[in-house]
Amino acid sequence: KYLSTFIKTLYSTSMIFYSCVLYIICEVPLNETLAHLKTESETLKSKLEEERAKLHDVELHQVAEKVEGLGQFVMKTRRTLKGHGNKVLCMDWCKDKRRIVSSSQDGKVIVWDAFTTNKEHAVTMPCTWVMACAYAPSGCAVACGGLDNKCSVYPLSLDKNENLAAKKKSVAMHTNYLSACSFTNSDMQILTSSGDGTCALWDVESGQLLQSFHGHAADVLCLDLAPSETGNTFVSGGCDKKANVWDMRSGQCIQSFETHESDINSVRYYPSGDAFASGSDDATCRLYDLRADREVAIYSKDSIIFGVSSVDFSLSGRLLFGGYNDYTINVWDVLKGTRVSILFGHENRVSTLRVSPDGTAFCTGSWDHTLRIWA
Amino acid sequence: MTINTLAKGGCHREQMACFRKMEKVIVAMQDPDMGMKMRNQRLLITVIPHAMTGHDIIAWLTHKYRISEEESLHLGNMLVKYGYIYPLKEPRCLVLRPDESPYRFQTPYFWTSTRWPASELDYAIYLAKKNIRKQGELMEYEKERYSLLHKRINHTWDFVVMQAREQLRASKQRRKADRIVLECQEQAYWLINRPPVRSITLYCIQLYCNSDYYKREIEACRKALGRNRVKSSICLEGFLKYSEQYLNHDPIMQGCLPSNPWISDDTAHWTMNAEIVPVPTRLRVERWSFSFMELLNDAMGRREFMTYLEKEFSAENLYFWQACEDIRHGESSKIVEKVEDIYKNFLAPGAARWVNIDSKTMDKTLEGIKRPHRFVMDDAQMHIYFLMKKDSYPRYLKSDLYKNMLAKAIVPQETKKSVFPFMRRQRHSSPSPAQTATQAAEEEGLAKGAGANSAAGSHF
Repeated sequence: KYLSTFIKTLYSTSMIFYSCVLYIICEVPLNETLAHLKTESETLKSKLEEERAKLHDVELHQVAEKVEGLGQFVMKTRRTLKGHGNKVLCMDWCKDKRRIVSSSQDGKVIVWDAFTTNKEHAVTMPCTWVMACAYAPSGCAVACGGLDNKCSVYPLSLDKNENLAAKKKSVAMHTNYLSACSFTNSDMQILTSSGDGTCALWDVESGQLLQSFHGHAADVLCLDLAPSETGNTFVSGGCDKKANVWDMRSGQCIQSFETHESDINSVRYYPSGDAFASGSDDATCRLYDLRADREVAIYSKDSIIFGVSSVDFSLSGRLLFGGYNDYTINVWDVLKGTRVSILFGHENRVSTLRVSPDGTAFCTGSWDHTLRIWA
Repeated sequence: MTINTLAKGGCHREQMACFRKMEKVIVAMQDPDMGMKMRNQRLLITVIPHAMTGHDIIAWLTHKYRISEEESLHLGNMLVKYGYIYPLKEPRCLVLRPDESPYRFQTPYFWTSTRWPASELDYAIYLAKKNIRKQGELMEYEKERYSLLHKRINHTWDFVVMQAREQLRASKQRRKADRIVLECQEQAYWLINRPPVRSITLYCIQLYCNSDYYKREIEACRKALGRNRVKSSICLEGFLKYSEQYLNHDPIMQGCLPSNPWISDDTAHWTMNAEIVPVPTRLRVERWSFSFMELLNDAMGRREFMTYLEKEFSAENLYFWQACEDIRHGESSKIVEKVEDIYKNFLAPGAARWVNIDSKTMDKTLEGIKRPHRFVMDDAQMHIYFLMKKDSYPRYLKSDLYKNMLAKAIVPQETKKSVFPFMRRQRHSSPSPAQTATQAAEEEGLAKGAGANSAAGSHF
């Protein structure tokens, strides 16, 4: 009886959707000035691509010919973390290199000691689809958010009787779902990205908006902070297929890249901060060099058909790990552009992937309700 | 992939890109020269033409894409799951079997991407046909949907039944083999698009491109055109150098000593590399020489550098830099107070730790202090940072202090693999960072309460 009600609800919602399909696909009709602006924008963009191409005198894999190839690659699942009752959507490592926080579709946020696989804290959010979670640099708090359009910070208390939800602090407020969040160098500031097309920097203590970043034409799905000396920039990726680099002080977009053919689900800086990688629904990962101001490598294969949900580099930046929607993890040689290994294990799409702070392992979260540590 | 309408039962745009790629594979598989070798398959008493075995599919994929058999099985399973290849035996089991089980290509007419979205009317006609043909032999879930559709599109039900009868009559005219093939194709299509439990969801999105958006794009392009770019050959060499330099420090690439905790269950590696240890490891001390940032990011490195600067009577530079960092990353409410402290301690004439900044930057900073904000110290901080980086840091690396540290540093012994590998080591838990912070705060609170002087140490 439950199944028939479930199917009925699905059918009624899908009927509503089908009637909307037609006008979502076609573009809003352009008036004259808008069309003019669009043409000007597109002309300038092609000119920009021409300029960028002028200084591109060699390909990465050519430069990398003199580098030794990588041998056989063996990585296995070393821990499986079971406890979420629904799809795992996001995870983050603690600076202590062994603890992690993970969030799932059913609203649960769990803090684990991944080494012992013990659960240390659990919070139930008042919303479902908790798509973003982050561990504070001090290890004393976690931030999370999703369909509630907010990012909340929960201080981690060790008193078993204390209800973590009671001390919750609402920090960020967006007008659409929260897709990603990250603490900056301290527990005091949080950077968020949202389905409302913007990113924002918040002061945790007061909940004040410090800076907002406008420039994406659609949902922003991911962000990553630059590890540079002056520590003032971050990169974001969105459904408009663009990856933008922002100045945190001024709120300006300082660089923009648009070579992907579909939504960018994940962006991650190369360890030196001179480049970043992106993973997209077009089943490719790409590397963008910030000084050359262009895409310098594409990591793809004809047999890889499904989108990349999440990417991260190994400590030396030689390897790029990608979690894919076809349940696999592909390991790429960043310099030579070849696929080193494919890892099987998850039973549904891999939704999140992060390398540990000391590079000893990486963790993946999946729609199969589990998290795995690979080393 | 965004979830904007996912929560309301919408569709993924990403699926379209995947369908195109799968179709490329399918077309390659059916290439007359390089494609698959197909044969006739016997199904009960009928011979089905153009069929192939699961085993052949895997062999072809392995050969064509130069991948392992495991990966081919995985890829082949996706092709079956999305309806491009369907099984002849056990049609409801959408799995690729690596044996002699027969499979066929789905006709493009019935590809999900061609006939998307699958229409309610067509489904009703299909179920009606089945009902008429095999009276009362619809599956449970099909029976439920049939009655649901009957209620919902009751006004066109005559049309549905009429169409169903027409189609059945037309199919009777065909040869038996063709009829069976068509029935299989249609059945496969509906198994994908109306599965017993909905597994695929699809979706659309609208881009917000108004005039503001284009104006911003144009502005950004103009700025970008004037940008200084570096030649690719120079940039790309940078990646090679970096990867080579950090190769030995990358545990996934080279392993780590004494062992990787995740593999051996031994946390010695973490204990030896804890934030503050009596003697650091050699790799760690070496890393301080890679860049100034590496030195400062390591608590022990920073402490050593401070000791060196004290000897050189330029420690105020590092104290100043730390204080500026504290403003940049600290609470908004404490900014004014911290800026004042910095002025008193570092910038005021005759200050205890006066820092040597060039007059232009000093003037600008002093002006900015009148209206303090988070970034007011940025210029001064950068000046001092680069001063340390260009001057003190290289001298530190050549100093005896550093060289002794490097000589004393430990190189851990690699742990020998356990004699009894099936006996798993006990995995010890560690104190949570939240716990140590709470304890530290408690102790400090107690000390203050007792009226004792709290240690005025650096809190970085």
